[in-house]
Amino acid sequence: MAAPAAPLIAFRDVRRVYGTGEAEVRALDGVSLSIARGEFVAIMGPSGSGKSTAMNIIGCLDRPSSGDYLFAGTPVQGLSNDQRALLRRHALGFVFQGFNLLARTSALENVELPLIYKGLPRDERKARARAALAKVGLQGREDHDPSQLSGGQQQRVAIARALAGDPTVILADEPTGNLDSHRSHEIMQLLQRLNREEGITIVMVTHEEDIAAYAGRLLVFVDGHLARDVPQEPRG
Amino acid sequence: MLWETVRLAFTAIIRNKLRSFLTVLGVVIGVAAVIAMVTIGRGSSQSVTASVEALGANVLVVRPGQRMMGPPTGADAPRFDLKDAEALGELSSVAAVAPSVTSSQTVVAGNANAATQIVGTTAAYLTVQNWPLAMGRAFSDGEVQAGSAVCVLGQTVRATLFGSGDPIGQTLRIKGVSCEVIGVLAAKGAGSFGQDQDDVLLMPARTVQRRLEGDSDVNSISVALRQQATSEEGVRQVSEFLRERRRIGLGQRDNFSVTDMKEFANVLSGVNAVLTSLLSAVAAVSLLVGGIGIMNIMLVSVTERTREIGIRLAVGATSGQVLQQFLVEAVVLSVLGGALGIAAGLGLAWGGSVFMSIPFAPSAPVVALAFVFSAVVGVVFGYFPARSAARLDPIEALRHQ
Ligand SMILES: Nc1ncnc2c1ncn2[C@@H]1O[C@H](COP(=O)(O)OP(=O)(O)OP(=O)(O)O)[C@@H](O)[C@H]1O
Ligand SMILES: [Mg+2]
Repeated sequence: MAAPAAPLIAFRDVRRVYGTGEAEVRALDGVSLSIARGEFVAIMGPSGSGKSTAMNIIGCLDRPSSGDYLFAGTPVQGLSNDQRALLRRHALGFVFQGFNLLARTSALENVELPLIYKGLPRDERKARARAALAKVGLQGREDHDPSQLSGGQQQRVAIARALAGDPTVILADEPTGNLDSHRSHEIMQLLQRLNREEGITIVMVTHEEDIAAYAGRLLVFVDGHLARDVPQEPRG
Repeated sequence: MLWETVRLAFTAIIRNKLRSFLTVLGVVIGVAAVIAMVTIGRGSSQSVTASVEALGANVLVVRPGQRMMGPPTGADAPRFDLKDAEALGELSSVAAVAPSVTSSQTVVAGNANAATQIVGTTAAYLTVQNWPLAMGRAFSDGEVQAGSAVCVLGQTVRATLFGSGDPIGQTLRIKGVSCEVIGVLAAKGAGSFGQDQDDVLLMPARTVQRRLEGDSDVNSISVALRQQATSEEGVRQVSEFLRERRRIGLGQRDNFSVTDMKEFANVLSGVNAVLTSLLSAVAAVSLLVGGIGIMNIMLVSVTERTREIGIRLAVGATSGQVLQQFLVEAVVLSVLGGALGIAAGLGLAWGGSVFMSIPFAPSAPVVALAFVFSAVVGVVFGYFPARSAARLDPIEALRHQ
């Protein structure tokens, strides 16, 4: 199906080992996979199977213990910390399970955060942050603190923040883990729309079948191995 | 980007006003103490220098007894009288001599009165003290010889008794003696100890002796030396002369003292300088302690904001940018503290200088130095916390609760 040349994300026999000796944990134990530009991939698997570890490596927050990770053909382990920071800044957007918004900071300023590091001038930053908040249906809430927003709204602010930097990939680790099912489906429809209309590649970890059903491909991790990799007809 | 970071630092500081203030309190106090010390020190040495310059030529003050060291022995030492003063005037190194017969009295004019220091002297007093008249005239030789009831007012006494009116030709009463005002001294301001030198009234020496004190004693004799005479020569000549005149045998101690006023003032300003630098050093140490306070709170702040740091790293901040953010925050904080301290220190010094009636003498270089120093405190003590923030692992930081 996907063109074999230049996948956006490619793992070649990636291992990630924590600790040594008795306490050694093989969080990823030889994973090879490739994700093409524009895909919407869901990752499932039991707790402790290495999903978050894989996400952190894809997101350039962590490095493999061995094996290769290529982002758009570039081996990431050869990059310095600062170069990986630049990759995060320009190509990647994170949506965390715990939202991870800055407290006592307005929704608008939270969304502006990646744009500050992109070095955009103030006016353009504000405009783009507003546009991103509007895209997730939060116009009129720009000046609210996270504490003044519901869980679903906070998660949408987090998505707007990931979106504002105009990323190639959005990495979402259990984006609906803290939400009721109604809000969960809203968020999923939003992600699906971003994938379809803006061509943003989305990699998402979830524990719920009906959430994973929004993706066009399902990866299942078991004990640090990629146990299943199946395309599926996305719902909605 | 740097400007962005400074703005960010201000936001973080303003978000926690009270805590930010307490964080920099050490720096505020340190800077305020340094500024106040240095400014007051400069003011008081300026006032000493001014009084040294006001002395003009070298002036020696001769008093009976040994006052400078040990318990005063003046009580049983033979007094000086007007003849001693006249005799001193004949010495080769002496230009002019003025006796002082002092008496504290209440002076009455109409229904105003003033408690002041009466100085009985001669017209030479004005020369010796390098003190011009503002109006009127000094005593004539005839008035000095005769012990006439005439007086010359200091500015403070004039203001108390006559306000803005013309005092020349008016009559005062001092202890039942009527006395005509013939002149007014120019304003002299505060002395080396902050005393009001204008709170004085001059009369002929004989008048004070006869009418007010009832004896022929002279409290002190001011001796102005000739231009070409050094003060060492002057002191030696005056001392030798007085020992002979007072028949002090070989090996016996002087029963009088000769004080070189310029020397005295120099010693005073030396003491002043030592004291100022000592106190400034103490104040500088408190600035250091203030810096450690900043480091402490910044370290706590790094721990508290670990998740924030993780988020910033995740959205693309480099560790250098995180370092810069915390460093800028520490510097902005300590510079704000420095500015606050400078304002407080200048305020204190101003109050102090009014209180001690010395000039208010702020020093621009010292203020600039305090400012720079507080910024340096921010850099030095902010660096360690900032580095520990920059070294955080993004995943660990994000996981931090
Ligand atoms: N920092 C770490 N130090 C040691 N072991 C770790 C660390 N992070 C993860 N692990 C271990 O690696 C394995 C994989 O963890 P990971 O977080 O990737 O699991 P997961 O699939 O995301 O699980 P969950 O569904 O519970 O989030 C687990 O056994 C975990 O204990
Ligand atoms: Mg996980």
